Amino acid sequence: MLNRYPFWKYLLIILVAVLGFIYSAPNLYPPDDAIQISGSSSDLTIDAATLKRAEQALSDAGIEYFGSEFSETSAALRFTNGEDQLQGKSVVQDALGADYVVALNQAPTTPDWLVSLGATPMKLGLDLRGGVHFLLEVDVDSAITKRQETSADEMKDALRDERIRYSKFQVEDTVIYGLFRSEELRDQAVSALRSDYRQMLFNTDLPQRNGQYVFGASLSEAAQREMEQDALTQNLTTLRKRVNELGVSEPIVQSQGRNRIIVQLPGVQDTAEAKRVIGKTANLEFRLEAEPDALSAATEEFDYNGYPAQLERRLILTGDHVANANASVDPETNMPQVNITLDSLGGTKMNHATRSNIGRRMAVLFIEYKTRMNNEVNDAGETVQVPEQYVERSVISLATIQGALGVQFRITGLDSPRAASELALMLRSGALAAPMYFVEERTIGPSLGAENIELGVKSVQWGLALVLLFMLVYYKVFGIFANIALAVNMLLLVGLMSLLGATLTLPGIAGIVLTVGMAVDANVLIFARIREELKNGASPQSAISAGYDRAYVTILDANITTLIVAIILYAIGSGPVKGFAVTLSIGILTSMFTAIMGTRALTNLVYGGRKNVKKLWI
Amino acid sequence: MSEQKILNFMGARIPATALSVIMLVVAIGALAMNGLKLGLDFTGGAQVEVSLSEPADIPQIRGILDEQGLNNPVAVLFGSDTEVLIRTQGAMSDGGETALKRRLAALGDGAELAAINRAPRDQSGFSQQLVFTGAEQSQLTSDDILPSRFFGEVRATTDTAGVSILVENSLDAAYTQELLEVLAEQTGSEVELRRSEYVGPQIGEELRDEGGLGMLLALGVVMLYVAVRFQFKFSVGAVLALVHDVIIVLGFFALLQIDFDLTVLAAVLAVIGYSLNDTIVVFDRVRENFRRMRKGSPADVINASLTQTLERTCITSLTTLLVLFMLLIFGGELISGFATALIVGVVVGTYSSVYVSANTLMWMHVSKEDLMPPEKEGSEVDEMP
Repeated sequence: MLNRYPFWKYLLIILVAVLGFIYSAPNLYPPDDAIQISGSSSDLTIDAATLKRAEQALSDAGIEYFGSEFSETSAALRFTNGEDQLQGKSVVQDALGADYVVALNQAPTTPDWLVSLGATPMKLGLDLRGGVHFLLEVDVDSAITKRQETSADEMKDALRDERIRYSKFQVEDTVIYGLFRSEELRDQAVSALRSDYRQMLFNTDLPQRNGQYVFGASLSEAAQREMEQDALTQNLTTLRKRVNELGVSEPIVQSQGRNRIIVQLPGVQDTAEAKRVIGKTANLEFRLEAEPDALSAATEEFDYNGYPAQLERRLILTGDHVANANASVDPETNMPQVNITLDSLGGTKMNHATRSNIGRRMAVLFIEYKTRMNNEVNDAGETVQVPEQYVERSVISLATIQGALGVQFRITGLDSPRAASELALMLRSGALAAPMYFVEERTIGPSLGAENIELGVKSVQWGLALVLLFMLVYYKVFGIFANIALAVNMLLLVGLMSLLGATLTLPGIAGIVLTVGMAVDANVLIFARIREELKNGASPQSAISAGYDRAYVTILDANITTLIVAIILYAIGSGPVKGFAVTLSIGILTSMFTAIMGTRALTNLVYGGRKNVKKLWI
Repeated sequence: MSEQKILNFMGARIPATALSVIMLVVAIGALAMNGLKLGLDFTGGAQVEVSLSEPADIPQIRGILDEQGLNNPVAVLFGSDTEVLIRTQGAMSDGGETALKRRLAALGDGAELAAINRAPRDQSGFSQQLVFTGAEQSQLTSDDILPSRFFGEVRATTDTAGVSILVENSLDAAYTQELLEVLAEQTGSEVELRRSEYVGPQIGEELRDEGGLGMLLALGVVMLYVAVRFQFKFSVGAVLALVHDVIIVLGFFALLQIDFDLTVLAAVLAVIGYSLNDTIVVFDRVRENFRRMRKGSPADVINASLTQTLERTCITSLTTLLVLFMLLIFGGELISGFATALIVGVVVGTYSSVYVSANTLMWMHVSKEDLMPPEKEGSEVDEMP
């Protein structure tokens, strides 16, 4: 009997190995220290002139740079060392001004032919490159409570209109309680309100309070989840904007679970500064447009889409009173509009201000607190960067008041549905969003990151070397097969991780090391079986065949169970545990391929075609 | 079926069971008496790792920390004699408050820190609002009380409640800086911040729950898989072996009071995976032999299976242990707990695949009938092409 593989199987294995090599190759090229230039707002494009200015500034300062390139949204310049990079950053920032964000970056040096195949190096986790990690928790309950307070005010208004007398409304936790003198009044109220508040669950089965009949209205599960989702997305959006402002390359801002947000800023060391920028908020002010004959002392000029707008100094109310804002379409005119809901105090203030000013225009002023870095010379004569806080105010809407406004009103006359949703988003981000708290904070110094890489690589090298040596000594020729398979396995593991965009962390490296140890297991199982078959008197060829076939089921069972554990690890784990689980699962899959198909191909190639094999070197 | 000498593993099953019971009792005892020394990930709290320019004098540093008013501060060497890990159960701001109170005492009686609030949202650029009573605004804003090198910019207002001072750097951030300075001053060496971590208490609690849940889930799914692929008695054996391994690894950590953090938890779950691997390989052989060997008691079948898989068991454990020791030696301090847990787990897991999982089959009187309606796999060789 002979052991032959069809030609296509060899081809497949070679193809996979080559792909593994191609996609892991980018990790061999160390990245350059670089800076990345982008506009501080999205409508600012980067062109050749911008790059020219940056290059000019660098040449003037005598800083060496190379590999400048630009696309529509960003430009990059590379430096030969980290010191030039730091100096270059401040020189370029000075030259371009505050309209541009200049960030420190690690530019890949992957050759073009690899890039064109979509091959990129693995991303390094914070523990390997240094940086700051925050976990923020969005306090959804307080947002729900605020919403419920607004709803309670609206309910009172509605009942007054319906002439149903209530004694008292109060909000406890996230539930609205309405108190009535009689059971009949309460039931009338509930039936009047129910149709307007479909997202609420009304409960009349409550004990009396001080002789009063009570109903409780709580947000339905679906409505609560929707609010949670809204609060999370809104905070995510604002966080992304702020993080961009920090000028960090490749920041990570993503949600985790129902109410948490992870922010990772590679390379950032100043936690306090990062926290300040992340923790700050935008605000809104509603003001009347100044009348032409108003005293200049009572007016202020702001920018409105590039035109000056004169507003009264006195403000009607701030964004704290805005409960919600969303974009919709006016069903009658089919025009885009933004619906705004205020809380009751805001509604009263708005009503007072608008009822005597119908026909005038009201402006919404958006206020943002920003940070910029200024160069200052300190006592020691060194130039240092000092953060400066400044406020940016601009008018985002200027619309004619068409009637006395109350708790709910709308802004019409918007150009497009997109403009409407942008305005709604800005209104919401200026409104009192669900507050966020820092629940976790980690800083890893750059020296520690570099050290961790070094340690990790060293342990992979030593572990790999020892395993290779052992396999060679113990299994001789078959040991060589297993070693080739192990090497290809490492290529596939690294290649797949790079291709999937997985992040390499220190526990991830530990996962790779463990994979090296465990990947040979499949081969050990097969080789032990072959030896056993030989001992039982089987001919070399049939021993090979039986060894592979019988070990296959065992390997499958053993690996599937380990894979189950790895998947559970991934599902429940966070941070370091996830990184470990990813490498472990990919390692299991690739090792099954190389250890079974790879070594079988090699065995077949060497022994399979020969009829006169007398002895296997195993 | 073979001329190979079959080792009588099951002959030693009574003493082995006794050994397992003793190890379990010791492990559970250690867990009950000492408890796990949970790391920051699970307890919540704050820690900073600093690197000194000279070898650290740990007793001296502990002495310094004790004066700082931190909640149960701990200082240990981390990897080398110039690296120190400082940990507190509470937040860094505990030390900040103590330091602030000490400076306030210089202003005379009655000067007190009344409250620490988040900065109002319109006061951007400031992170916290400290409210003081019993002192004048001008006294409080002097650089002696709130040094700008720690707190950054400060802005004060006075009202009926007292003096409110907005500070740019929160008490946490300010105190971390201050601690570095205190350490540098008192130890006379340069101090560099390597890493700082703060984990809120609720996060730790959730992670503990998730870790426990994950372990139970892993055990449950594994039990189900083994029951489907093999038979109920086998799944009991597999799960008992896993529980045995996990308890002993946890007990080892409790006994030696090694820090148990998230990466160690990952290692414990990996131990489940590894030990299961071993057990499945043995079970696979047991199943195969029950179907092939026409005669022989269950003990004979199990002994034969264990003998046949012995070589593989030893070699795989050996290669895995090789890389794990490399990880322990070269991987650095952050990963040493992970490597330790896996080393203990691999050793115990290898033992348990013989003397817990196979042994359980004996106790449960596994028989040929348990594995009948035969499945296709593991059948005759000549069926294969």
